[in-house]
Amino acid sequence: MKKLICYLLIFFLSNNSLSYSIENERNSKNEISKNIRCLICQGQSIYDSQSDFAISMKIVIEKKIIEGLTEDEIYDYLKNQYGQWILYDPELNKKTFILWILPILLFLLGGAIIVKKILIKKI
Amino acid sequence: MKNKLLLLFLFAFFIFCFFIFYKSVNTDSSYKPNENLEKKINNFIAEDFFSGDKIESQELFKNNKFYIVNIWAAWCRPCREEHPKLMELSKNQNVQLIGINYRDNKKKAKQFIEDYGNPFSLILYDKKGTVAIELGAYGIPETFIINKDKKIVKKYLGALTDQNLKEIYSTLK
Repeated sequence: MKKLICYLLIFFLSNNSLSYSIENERNSKNEISKNIRCLICQGQSIYDSQSDFAISMKIVIEKKIIEGLTEDEIYDYLKNQYGQWILYDPELNKKTFILWILPILLFLLGGAIIVKKILIKKI
Repeated sequence: MKNKLLLLFLFAFFIFCFFIFYKSVNTDSSYKPNENLEKKINNFIAEDFFSGDKIESQELFKNNKFYIVNIWAAWCRPCREEHPKLMELSKNQNVQLIGINYRDNKKKAKQFIEDYGNPFSLILYDKKGTVAIELGAYGIPETFIINKDKKIVKKYLGALTDQNLKEIYSTLK
């Protein structure tokens, strides 16, 4: 009887961890797919697209996850294949620095104006 | 004075935003792949079209010669147009042609080869389109020139033209 309980426990635990890892793989595949541009569709990620290209790309991403590549490694791999354009989330470089810095500058400027106005009112 | 400075700043900012907006409207935002590259081929495993055997990419490009990899399908109309050019290229002794049959019906693909001839020394069957992705392709037909160092030196998008053929011959010399 004890043996049977043991076997059942092992069976349920292994089954649980297997479904957990499958769920994890699916989640990371979806997360990556949402950040990959479908190159043959207008303004769609491969997650949203059902084109041949997007379907193949999703299979490749799934394969890379199973092979043990991290999210960053998969992005690097795709960037190497298709260039920076394939990523929706651009990295900070010479071409994109305005995109990254401008909102921060505007935020700081706006903050400075507000602070200054408050200080003037207090005086 | 302060108000004038603020106005000037706002005006400059407005001009800057307008310039960026104007530039982005006049820029073609569709994907333009780099056609002249020096990129090592990724390792991948593919399936032989006729035997169904698994082949590793290292085995594919082991001879010390140029390779032309062409992605095609029976359902692709431009592939029919460019096929005579591939047949012509296959006569060149300095090059080996490898075909990748992309997301196709095998029966129809076989019929295509029977009807138009087989220029390829080897055909890989890419049922899910993953081999094409491993090569960096995004549409068909697409043709890759691979040099003796196993690097992709050039890729042609769409059906090969006479001008492309001239370029390929000069690369092979």
